[in-house]
Amino acid sequence: MKKVNAVVIGAGAGGGVVAKELSTGGLSVVLLERGQWQSANDDRKDDLRNQRTTILGNAFGPNDEGNPRVVVDLAGSEHVVAPSEGWYSNNAACVGGGTLSWGAQAWRFMRQDFRMRSTYGAPEGSTLEDWPIGYDDLEPFYEKAEWEIGVSGNDDGNPFKAPRRRPLPMPALPPNREYEILLPAAKRLGLHPFDIPMARNSVPYNGRGPCMRCRWCVGFACEVDAKNGTQNTVIPTALATGNCELRTGCMTKEILVDDRGRASGVAYFDSNGHLQTQPAEFVVVSCAAIESARLLLNSQSRLHPRGLGNRYDNVGRNLQGHTYTGAVGAFDFEVYDDVGPGAGIAISDFNHGNPGLRGGAMLANEFIRLPIHVTGMLPPGTPRWGAGHKEAMRQYYKRTMVIMGPTQEMPMAESRVEVDPKVRDRWGIPVARLSGDRHPHTLEIGRAMCDKAAMWLKEAGAVRTWLMLPGRGVSGGQHQAGTCRMGDNPKSSVVNQHCQIHDVDNVFVVDGSVHVNNGGFNPALTIMAIGYYASAGILQMWRGTGLRS
Amino acid sequence: MDRRRFLQTGAAAAAALSAMSCRRSQGRWRFFTDTEGRTLAALCDQIVPPDDYPGAAQAGAVEFIDRQLMRHYRKHRAAYRRGLAETDQISIATFGHAFASLTFPQQTEIVHVLEGQRRPFFDLVLSHTMQSFYGSPRHGGNRDAVSWRMLGVPEPPVRGRSQFDGAGKRPS
Repeated sequence: MKKVNAVVIGAGAGGGVVAKELSTGGLSVVLLERGQWQSANDDRKDDLRNQRTTILGNAFGPNDEGNPRVVVDLAGSEHVVAPSEGWYSNNAACVGGGTLSWGAQAWRFMRQDFRMRSTYGAPEGSTLEDWPIGYDDLEPFYEKAEWEIGVSGNDDGNPFKAPRRRPLPMPALPPNREYEILLPAAKRLGLHPFDIPMARNSVPYNGRGPCMRCRWCVGFACEVDAKNGTQNTVIPTALATGNCELRTGCMTKEILVDDRGRASGVAYFDSNGHLQTQPAEFVVVSCAAIESARLLLNSQSRLHPRGLGNRYDNVGRNLQGHTYTGAVGAFDFEVYDDVGPGAGIAISDFNHGNPGLRGGAMLANEFIRLPIHVTGMLPPGTPRWGAGHKEAMRQYYKRTMVIMGPTQEMPMAESRVEVDPKVRDRWGIPVARLSGDRHPHTLEIGRAMCDKAAMWLKEAGAVRTWLMLPGRGVSGGQHQAGTCRMGDNPKSSVVNQHCQIHDVDNVFVVDGSVHVNNGGFNPALTIMAIGYYASAGILQMWRGTGLRS
Repeated sequence: MDRRRFLQTGAAAAAALSAMSCRRSQGRWRFFTDTEGRTLAALCDQIVPPDDYPGAAQAGAVEFIDRQLMRHYRKHRAAYRRGLAETDQISIATFGHAFASLTFPQQTEIVHVLEGQRRPFFDLVLSHTMQSFYGSPRHGGNRDAVSWRMLGVPEPPVRGRSQFDGAGKRPS
C-alpha cells in the first residue's frame, strides 16, 4: 500500500480528534477502526441491549463472539469473559468509540487533578503522581474541544473550577424535576450547584438540531443526532479534507518497526480478514487504555522484545477508571418526570479539600432510570420477587433519585493490562489480561462520597436513603485510563509530555492511556483536549521534519 | 437383515422422524417442551404475579426466555432443563403434583424451597423474568408495554418534546 504520513488507530475520542487535526493540517492520514460506522437506526432504543445496559449484548461493539479478555479475580482465578460482561471493562468499538453512545458529560479536570502528588502525597502502595503538564497547558485545547465538539451547560456557579477564558458555546438545557428539587437543597446546604457541561446540543449547533429530551440517552446513539461525539463532528471534517481515509472493520495486529527500531507502519486485518500492511511515517495509537496497551505489548520485535515502549515494564500498569459511589433516596412524592437526558445538576464541592482524603468526586444526579434498572435498586428489605416486589416497583419507580459520582482512584502499578499467553481473539491476536485491585484509600474516598450524596438527598426531602458502596477488583470500564502514563522520566512512564513514546519517537499514544490520574470527572473531554494538544505538538514536529524518516 | 425387518426398521425411523418434525412444528416453543413451558410460566408468575396488571407469564416471560435460549442465553440451556425438572420433582415430592398444577400458595412454598436450595437456578429465572417484564417489548416480554404503562412512563414514548418546555420557569 501507498505510504501515508500518519496511521491513526482507533476512531474514538482521541483518534477522531487527531485524525481531524492532522488531515486539516495537510497530512495524509489513514484512520483504522475495528468497529463499524453505526447510527441510532442500527440499534433502536433497547433497554436490554445498549452500551450501558448490556444484558443482551453490546449495541456498539465489540461482539461477544471472538473478542474475549482474561480477567484475574482477587483470589487469583482466571476468567475468560465476553465484551458484554461487566468484568470485561468494555468501552465500545465503533466510529466515535465511546462518544457515540456516551452520556456526554464534558468536564474539564481541575488544577489539582494534574498535581495530585504535590497536593496530597502518594498513599502507600499507590503510584499517585503529578502530570508533566498542567491545566494551563490544556486550557486552550479544552476550549477548542468545547467549541468544535459542541458543549452546552453553565459552570458559572462552580467556584472550584479552574479558570476558563471562554464560556461554553451553548446554554444549558432547561431543568427537569430532579434538578428543580436538588438545586434549592444544595443551596440550603451551602453547596454550589451548577449545570453540567454536556456535549449535547441545547440549541441548533454545528448544523444539527437540539436534544428532544427522551429518557434513552446514555448507552444509546441519539435518534435526532443532538449528542455530539467524534463521529458527527471531527471525523466528518477529517474526511471532508480529502486527506483522511477511514477504514472500518479493520483490526490492527501490531505496529511494525524498521531495523533501527522506529515504526514503519502497521499490520492489520481488513474487513475481509486479510492481513494488510500500511506503511506510514508515524503511528498514533488511540484504542483506549486497555487495547492501546495490548497493541503496544503485542508489537514485539528484536529491538523491542517486550513490546513497544515497554523497555522498563511500564506499559499496561496503573490501569484505573472511576469508582462510582453514591446514594439512592426514596421520596414520598414523585421526583421523576421522564424528561431526559437525566443528569443535569452537579456539585464540585467535594472534588478536593476533603479533610484526610486525597481527592474526591464530582456528584451529580443519575442519568438514566429505565424500569429494568430500578428492579435492582429498591429500598433494602424489599422482597426480591412476588407481589411485594411488584408493588414496590409501582411505589418507588418515580419516587427514587440517585446521586453519584466518579471517585478519583489512587493508581497502583499492580493493576494492569498484560497480554494473555494462551487466549487469542478471532484474528489469532493474544488478548488483554486484566489483573489487580483498587487501593484501600480509593474505597475510603468512595465511602465518604456516599455520605455526601445521602446528605444532599436527605436535604432534598428523601425520607429514606441507602448507599451505593464502592466495590473491589480491578477498575477500568468506559473511563479506563492510565496504562501508558505520561511523564518526564522514561523509567517510570511510557510517553513524554507530547504523548510520544520515550524511545520510539514516531509512535504516539493519544487517549486515556496517558492520564497520570483520571480526575474526579468523566474523562472524555480531557481525552479530546489531549487529542488537540498532542496534535499541535505533532504538527510542530512535522514541520520541523523531526518525524520524517 | 431380511426385507421385512428392513421395512419395519425403516417405517419406525420414518415414524420417529415424522414425530420429531411434528413436535418441532406443533410445539409452542423453540427450546422448551410444553411441560417445561407450563412449569416456567407458573414460576414466572410467582416472581411477577398478576394483580391489577398482568403477571409475567401473560406478558410473555416464557416467550422472552425461550427466544433468548436460542440466542444470547444459549449457555443457560442446561440449567433450565435441569432446574425445571427439579422444580417439578420437588413439587411432586411435596404436594403430589407437578408445579403448574399446584395452587398459587403451594407454588409460593415451592419457590421458597428453590430460593434456598436451588439458588443459582432460581436467581437465573428471577433475573430473566425481571428482564422480560420490565425490558423492551421487542424481545417478546413486556407485551403491550404492560410494565411501562403500570409504572406510568409514556408508551409509545413521547418524542420530539420541545427543548423549550420549561423555559421561563428556570429556578435561580
